[in-house]
Amino acid sequence: MGHDTGGGSGRGDVLLDMKNVTIDGYSDDRWHPIIKGVDLTLRRGEVMGLIGESGAGKSTLGLAAMGFARPGCKITGGTITFDGLELTELTIAELRRLRGARIAYVAQSAAASFNPAHRLISQTIEATVRHSIRPEEEARDDATRLYKDLQLPNPDTIGERYPHQVSGGQLQRVMTAMAMSARPDLIIFDEPTTALDVTTQVEVLAAMRAVVEQFDTAAIYITHDLAVVAQMADVIKVLRYGETVEEADTRKMLSAPEEEYTQSLWAVRSIEKPEKAAPDAILRMDGISASYGGGIKVLDDVSIAVPRGRTVAVVGESGSGKSTAARVITGLLPPSSGTVEFDGSALPRAMKQRNVEQLRRIQMIYQMADTAMNPRHTVRDIIGRPLEFYFGMSTAAVDARVVELLGLIELNESFIDRLPSELSGGQKQRICIARALAAEPDMIICDEVTSALDQIVQKGILELLLRLQEELGISYMFITHDIATVRAISDEIVVMYQGQVVEQGAKTDILNPPYPDYTKLLLSSVPEMDPDWLSTLLEDRRSEASE
Amino acid sequence: MSEQPGNYSAAGEVAQVRQRRTLGENLVRGLKSAPPTALIGMLVITVYILVAIFAPLLAPYGEAEVFDQQFLPWSDDHVFGTDKIGYDVLSRLIYGARNTIGLAVATTLLAFVIGGGLGLAAAINRNTWLDQVLSRAVDVLMAIPSLIFALVLLSIFGASWLNLIIIIGVLDSTRVFRLTRAVSLNVVVMDFVEAATLRGEKLGYVMRREILPNIMPPLVAEFGLRFCFVFLSIAALSFLGVGIQPPNADWGTMVRETAGLIQFAEYDLTAALTPMLPASAIALLTIAVNFVVDWFLHKTSGLRDEV
Repeated sequence: MGHDTGGGSGRGDVLLDMKNVTIDGYSDDRWHPIIKGVDLTLRRGEVMGLIGESGAGKSTLGLAAMGFARPGCKITGGTITFDGLELTELTIAELRRLRGARIAYVAQSAAASFNPAHRLISQTIEATVRHSIRPEEEARDDATRLYKDLQLPNPDTIGERYPHQVSGGQLQRVMTAMAMSARPDLIIFDEPTTALDVTTQVEVLAAMRAVVEQFDTAAIYITHDLAVVAQMADVIKVLRYGETVEEADTRKMLSAPEEEYTQSLWAVRSIEKPEKAAPDAILRMDGISASYGGGIKVLDDVSIAVPRGRTVAVVGESGSGKSTAARVITGLLPPSSGTVEFDGSALPRAMKQRNVEQLRRIQMIYQMADTAMNPRHTVRDIIGRPLEFYFGMSTAAVDARVVELLGLIELNESFIDRLPSELSGGQKQRICIARALAAEPDMIICDEVTSALDQIVQKGILELLLRLQEELGISYMFITHDIATVRAISDEIVVMYQGQVVEQGAKTDILNPPYPDYTKLLLSSVPEMDPDWLSTLLEDRRSEASE
Repeated sequence: MSEQPGNYSAAGEVAQVRQRRTLGENLVRGLKSAPPTALIGMLVITVYILVAIFAPLLAPYGEAEVFDQQFLPWSDDHVFGTDKIGYDVLSRLIYGARNTIGLAVATTLLAFVIGGGLGLAAAINRNTWLDQVLSRAVDVLMAIPSLIFALVLLSIFGASWLNLIIIIGVLDSTRVFRLTRAVSLNVVVMDFVEAATLRGEKLGYVMRREILPNIMPPLVAEFGLRFCFVFLSIAALSFLGVGIQPPNADWGTMVRETAGLIQFAEYDLTAALTPMLPASAIALLTIAVNFVVDWFLHKTSGLRDEV
């Protein structure tokens, strides 16, 4: 696999040439190789997608393209040539002149990357002004034009706002304007849309693609979502364990990936669950309205039924009220009106009025396994506590049952003494599943349980959940914003929007036309493995709007 | 990619057995990596503790043993001379370690039990009447300069050991309350606390098993600092005459009683050094404790970056 981009666009000369780059990271008192000799060639105006699961070294490689290594990492070998300059040999001061001026970086979490105390526009033009590329007045006018190009609302005044006054998607676009402000030759996008809803992601992708094309900027686009990168990149490079798996033109990569590993990157899409008819409902929410502190109604007359031994997927973008629905069911947020009926009898509204048995029968699994487990408790404490608490088991019985549960979630007993920090992301989520299972519940609420995980790991978790349902007959309420996950796991689907249920029905009914407007928007916003998907979608939406 | 590069890899998904270190190994590793200042601090504290424990064996004379001659100069019989009553200064210094340190430890512990317990309860029940009542009461107590407040209270209730411990302990618990409440608030909002609540766990379990282990590092560091302040408060109160009462030895009182000797420096340098001895004993311990606390704070904040 050479660094020849294989019939690349040829839009210009080589801008960035990385040869045999090696980078080491420091952990556990020694240096480990993170990047093991990767070649990368990028021409002017070309967009390269870097893809791989977490730990593959994508971000590290992306940052190395700026001659930068994160604290605890160091570039140990190879050459990084940017437009004739050898970055590994430049001094800090020389690199500083390049960064922000000729090479720009767009980070994953825009909210964490902006200074909350400064207005957006002064942050947008800061690098441009500091590098004396343009005087301030000119840079401000230019930033306003960029805001317009990026289709931000009120481009003339939005710059005067502070970061907390705009939405996440808008902030990500402002960050793109910031990167673009100095008209760099190269922009590195590090998972810029990962934290966004699908419906927002479409807008941000379209805006970013338009400006990159408009100014003919070269870009490296880092992501773990192949469908997203397919919309942006001319060339795709797949990384694993710090090595190149394969590199090819986007179309070629999608139609005929050479390596098996590349195919596994969209693993979740391969799970198929035959839909089963719904028996009686184990849980029924009826006409629930709820609000936080008596303010705006977060839930407005919501009715959801969870069939026994089946899976209901609740989908919607952030703020649609799906997690609030879960809080009402668990009793953490008593509803202002409506009833929750569980297994034929009404549940008390507030958690404190429920008895231990009622609490035991509904368990919950959280999105962030990191914060859902006490970092100071071992796996034995975490899984064992519900056993001790609900069933009053002796220490020996707890130990035996914990090992049994570990087996159920496909982990062996060597995990029993580990702390959460000694587990990988997928293992953590499995332990959380085991903790829920320990209570022998009738129903488990899964709140975005796979959205923080890689595709392959997601697939493992989803398959595990399906198997457990098969064996133990547990009902799931599965909260998610990812349609691929919904396809994989659900029997029924509830679509929520702004605190209301748009529709509820069997999976095949919801996923096939005719759709209500919102369901259509949601479904059409899910990126597909087709490099023309975004263009076609935008075309469709435009023609619909003009009708 | 929010993961730290290097210490996570997809290979870990398959199997990654990392042996956890035993407590002893951790201790040795910790000591090896400790900076020299921390080692000096630990050494000094150890010596102080040993002196306090073995005071009767180390001291040449008894704590309240009075000699005929007052203000004896430094000599072989009385290494640091005698004071205005005729006590042997060296013996008083050694017994002083026991009284002053013991009192400070007891007071600090009391402050932590009260402040820590109430702080945790307030954090779990945040924004309820309990939190409001406790927090406002603490505000009121903190508004009054604590040394003067302690002075007034001790003058009213009398300067017994018990009163001293209770009054300083309660006044200092306000600071501990503030800290505990603040650091607990960050932990209380975590999903694992919600998970425990949803399981139906009682308040005591949530406080003790879920939150406390996660806020230990800042609390231990605060314990060291608070100990220094309590120690200085006791010394100051003793200097003012309402602290530890004679014939019990105490460094603060010793400074007061021998302070006058400084004016004789031009005749006998050793006489002027006598009040410096208890003062230096206080200063040295305070510095040593701070060295250790600084290292501990640095270590735990470093850990937080790694996780």
